[in-house]
Amino acid sequence: MNDYNSATETTPTPLTLGDKTFRSRLLVGTGKYSDAETMNNALEASGCEVVTVAIRRVDLKSGDNLLSQLDRNRYFLLPNTAGCFNAEDAIRVCHLSRELGLGDWVKLEVLGDKKTLLPDPVGTLEACRELVSEGFKVLVYSSDDPVLALRLQDAGATSVMPAGSPIGSGQGILNTNNLSIILEQLDVPVIIDAGVGTASDVTIAMELGAEGVLLNTGIAGAKDPVAMAHGMRHALDAGWFAARAGRIAKRRYAQASSPTEGVLGE
Amino acid sequence: MSSENIHEGGIGSNSMELIEIQLNGEVHQIEKTASVLDLVNSMPLESAAVAVERNRAIVPKSQHGDTLLQPGDHIEIVTIVGGG
Repeated sequence: MNDYNSATETTPTPLTLGDKTFRSRLLVGTGKYSDAETMNNALEASGCEVVTVAIRRVDLKSGDNLLSQLDRNRYFLLPNTAGCFNAEDAIRVCHLSRELGLGDWVKLEVLGDKKTLLPDPVGTLEACRELVSEGFKVLVYSSDDPVLALRLQDAGATSVMPAGSPIGSGQGILNTNNLSIILEQLDVPVIIDAGVGTASDVTIAMELGAEGVLLNTGIAGAKDPVAMAHGMRHALDAGWFAARAGRIAKRRYAQASSPTEGVLGE
Repeated sequence: MSSENIHEGGIGSNSMELIEIQLNGEVHQIEKTASVLDLVNSMPLESAAVAVERNRAIVPKSQHGDTLLQPGDHIEIVTIVGGG
């Protein structure tokens, strides 16, 4: 993790995924915002460059949606396959994404069921293999299973993105043990995706050694999304620096910070 | 639509034959001679990019004008929306 010079660097280094470099390690979703102004202000406050988007049927009654007011020149749009429960549907969405002009980068999600929204490991792996063979750059939503994470890396994923906790649950980072194993084992960048409820969750993910964090509801669902976006941005920086600083060991008992010699009265 | 059609009552006049297709999961009527491009242009969209599937196969944008709709076609028109 000695990838920066603490004497000169005051912000985290850029995020490298595949052949691309992004200025921010925070990837932010564009769903669930009440209005376009809040969405745009929150995205700006977060400092993000990569934003996730979804692909849906055109609403035949209302037409344009919030996203038409996103400044597309400022952001890298990463289409997801949210709502797909098998590999075939996810691959279909990726093909439509290409036709929409969104390029070859996709956030692959193949979900197991509607209640947990946990990934279907078999369908996810199957879709990942196929999409990679078709030239897609696959950032793949995964469970926190270290074995699956390795398999997805072997399948050619550009990034493996294990969930901190279920999508939209706000439970934060539940299984730090498994995530640590994934981070230790994988060579491709690992991004913690899903479950972030508040800023400290982002810090924990980065302290574990994640390359980045992807979140949506934690910002969009906060009472003040713009304030939370600021918080998330700083939390990410805090965790990134802490991860490189080499934290102190935990001890059972206290260890005085001030000199123990020369104390008055001895 | 020609002015003659409007004069005679527009939709429902004999001079404009309609066919039925499935559009985004709903029954939709459109002129017999309509192309995919005509259909896309009839959507209430201003600037959003769309992609079109006809019977599960993508119709590339360059072919929208040349692809005529057939009765019973299953058409999906999708766009980019907010998501996580």
